[in-house]
Amino acid sequence: MIEFDNVSIRYSPDAPCVMDNVNLTVAEGEFILVVGGTGSGKSTLLGAINGLVPHFTGGVLTGDVRIDGRSTSTNRPRDLADLVGVVPQDPMASFVTDTVEEELAYTMECLGIAPAVMRRRVEETLDLLGLQELRHRPLRTLSGGQRQRAAIGAVLTAHPRVLVLDEPTSALDPGAAEEVLAALHRLVHDLGVTVVLAEHRLERVLQYADRIIALSSPGGPITIGSPAEIMSTAPIAPPVVHLGRVAGWSPTPITVRDARRQASTLRHLLVGHVPPVRVVEQSTVAATTKHLDIHYGTTRALRSVSATLHRGEVIALMGRNGAGKSTMLHSLVGMTKPTGGSIDIAGIQPSDVDGPDLIRRVGLVPQEPADLLEAATVAEECAASDKDAGCDPGTTRALLALLAPEIVDTTHPRDLSEGQRLLLVLSLVLAARPGVICLDEPTRGLDYSTKERLAGVISDLSSAGHTVIVATHDVELAADVASRVIILADGEIVADGSTADVITSSPMFAPQVAKILAPQPWLTVEQVRRALAQDSA
Amino acid sequence: MTAPTVTTGTSHTTEPNLARDDRARWLHPLAWWAWALGVAAAASMTTNPLLLLGLITCTAVVVDRRRSDAPWARSFGFFLRLALIVVAFRLVAQILFVAPMGTTVLLELPGIMLPSWLAGIRLGGTLMLEPALHALYEGLRLAAIIVAVGAASSLASPHRLLKSIPAAVYEVGVSVVVATTFLPQLASDVARIRANRRLRGRTDSGLRGVSGTVMPVLHGAMDRSIALAAAMDSRGYGRSAAVSRARSRLTTTVFIVGLAAIAIGTYGVLGTGSVATWGAGILIAGVVCVVVGVSLAGRRSLRTRYRPNTWHRPDVLTALAGGVVAATFVIASLQDSAGMNPSTSPPQWPTLPVLALIGLVAALAPAYLTPPTPSVGPATDLDPAKVDPPGRAES
Repeated sequence: MIEFDNVSIRYSPDAPCVMDNVNLTVAEGEFILVVGGTGSGKSTLLGAINGLVPHFTGGVLTGDVRIDGRSTSTNRPRDLADLVGVVPQDPMASFVTDTVEEELAYTMECLGIAPAVMRRRVEETLDLLGLQELRHRPLRTLSGGQRQRAAIGAVLTAHPRVLVLDEPTSALDPGAAEEVLAALHRLVHDLGVTVVLAEHRLERVLQYADRIIALSSPGGPITIGSPAEIMSTAPIAPPVVHLGRVAGWSPTPITVRDARRQASTLRHLLVGHVPPVRVVEQSTVAATTKHLDIHYGTTRALRSVSATLHRGEVIALMGRNGAGKSTMLHSLVGMTKPTGGSIDIAGIQPSDVDGPDLIRRVGLVPQEPADLLEAATVAEECAASDKDAGCDPGTTRALLALLAPEIVDTTHPRDLSEGQRLLLVLSLVLAARPGVICLDEPTRGLDYSTKERLAGVISDLSSAGHTVIVATHDVELAADVASRVIILADGEIVADGSTADVITSSPMFAPQVAKILAPQPWLTVEQVRRALAQDSA
Repeated sequence: MTAPTVTTGTSHTTEPNLARDDRARWLHPLAWWAWALGVAAAASMTTNPLLLLGLITCTAVVVDRRRSDAPWARSFGFFLRLALIVVAFRLVAQILFVAPMGTTVLLELPGIMLPSWLAGIRLGGTLMLEPALHALYEGLRLAAIIVAVGAASSLASPHRLLKSIPAAVYEVGVSVVVATTFLPQLASDVARIRANRRLRGRTDSGLRGVSGTVMPVLHGAMDRSIALAAAMDSRGYGRSAAVSRARSRLTTTVFIVGLAAIAIGTYGVLGTGSVATWGAGILIAGVVCVVVGVSLAGRRSLRTRYRPNTWHRPDVLTALAGGVVAATFVIASLQDSAGMNPSTSPPQWPTLPVLALIGLVAALAPAYLTPPTPSVGPATDLDPAKVDPPGRAES
């Protein structure tokens, strides 16, 4: 169905190759997962499938890409629209019309499909993706998972043979992600659609893949093989694979189910070991909220939320999209004024103060870190931050050098990778030395290595006595760094306790290691590795 | 600490059960415009305050009964306020500037005479009934026209209206649609980024504050435009049918001839006698040419339309109602000029011409002849500015 024939791609004639002499063939009805670190050329590979590379992006493609026998050299993306459906990273940015039903019909209208056929296909697609309740809804009122499904539906109505998706679950909570993946699974199995999907969160998608295309670096070698083959050696792997390596299992487990079958010996070995628990002495109070209520019009975003946060704690704030996580963080930095109740951070109510008084007590890295960046170079950005925070010149730059030593002064902040941008904004926030640091969904779009780095930074901050609050959908990050987990649902706290207590018992929020080793309360591969190392020593 | 209890619901598809009326249907947007333009035309034929108030009331009732809960439908309130301002402005201008005429003194106001080098205009002074009434009637007439246009724009969905435009100018329509979704997003970007400035300890709200917002907003808008363009390209936007060279030359020729004829014809119509007659002929021929050109150009487009607007009985009746309102008022003004334009000097109590009353009934008819308008969703969901505080970008 998809053939790459000696394909090399460079974005300008004298630039290095992003893809060097690639040959690959994807059969009809395969579910292909594309993995690779940030900047390894995943987007280029996906774009080449429907001809956006090079027709839309510019650049030079040598060799030939053929989809169902049609070459992208003579067919522009619009000419392949009936064959290849592309769901971009941010579905909201790709919507052309304003309601779900109109959006589903848009591609067919462009292709000139007869009205009667369009009518039928829209109904079929609404059913297939469970969108029938939402058909008249304006697209911007949908939740993240609903948007993603609407975007998939919008390209499916044209009956494409190939579906290309770029990180479809990165912004979604675990429940919504499963909905989307289940819909894709159905398409592959029932309709024989070929799916090519790029994703960083392997723990979510690995179990669905038939084959994996692993990219190492731009222009580097590309390997393609079954999940077990690729995962036995790949540096990028989900916790289940890492656990398999630590325990020496063969074949490499790909799913929690595979792993559980082999785990009984490991569980046996671990009896008598207690996972090291991150104990934070809850002595110094850093922030408290008392019966915090926040209403927007008739929506109650937070209802009577009372919590005490201590120095040195790392708190993971979890829950569905729209459960009130972001609102909670915004209220802590005073961007939202409480409707009722109070917040106390080092003696102030955040919504009453601003300027240095605020940022010396509490800081937030927002969901879109780039929103805070306005200068033309990294150096200027750091200098502005020193001025804002009223600290000695060079403070921010020194912090950044600690967090991300590879960033160069003269780079434009927009040219940094997503992870680097996050660390830059984090150092801007840290410059004022706030006691409480909030991170809103920091791992969105980060690869495993950047995530590990972030986890290290968070642990260091906590050791230095900062309180860190991370709103996240990423259960593996929570398992890795959090000492405490608060779960919100509909604006209320439904669970608040130590990480092990809260997330091991939850089917939705449990990390893979916990699922494999339940009922023993292990959370991370690292914990297991240490316990086994003690045995052998 | 509480015992760990965890909810696991994934009820992303649960919806507040909207009570949907089975008869609910979007009326053809052109039907609403035909009705509204009929009402506006009728209003322009009269200065009778009773008739004008009647027209405004009928329009408001129709809007109240058939307006949807979509955000664009809220524009009617804006038009009502605009109409009020027009009436008030007309009255105030009359009181302030216009020389007193008439005999009935309404109010004695302090006045000054501006010096002659300021054209000797009088400010204030005695307010007479006659000119005030005249101003009020004139103001009401303009208000009624504004309200009619406002009614159409809040009843007819702009997106559905675009479905009725010819294929050849479809691209223009798309840019309008994109702009209508793009602007609210841009506004929420600005709000979010301004709120986020707080996180850097910035409190300046002046020029420096604006310049700090502009760059991130523009970057965001740029990224989104590129993403949208890529998405539209991948979805087949701009595919076109192969057209023979001869056909495309013919299309161009027809267009140029038509436009030239319209220009010459318009010039001729402004003349007198036989020139005007010739001009009218040429003008009509030009319009025909352009219509043919548009339809020829439309053949190049492959596009089909999903659920195009269709004309049913209520749609036709609504459009006809507009015609009836306009016709009755035109005939009434020919037959009963005094009744349609009551004298203000001397002031006369306005009467109600019977024919115009029939027109009023026709203006009100769509409120009851048309099916209810479907709901687009829970109202709170529709206004992110109300639901989301600035800065809340939960996806």
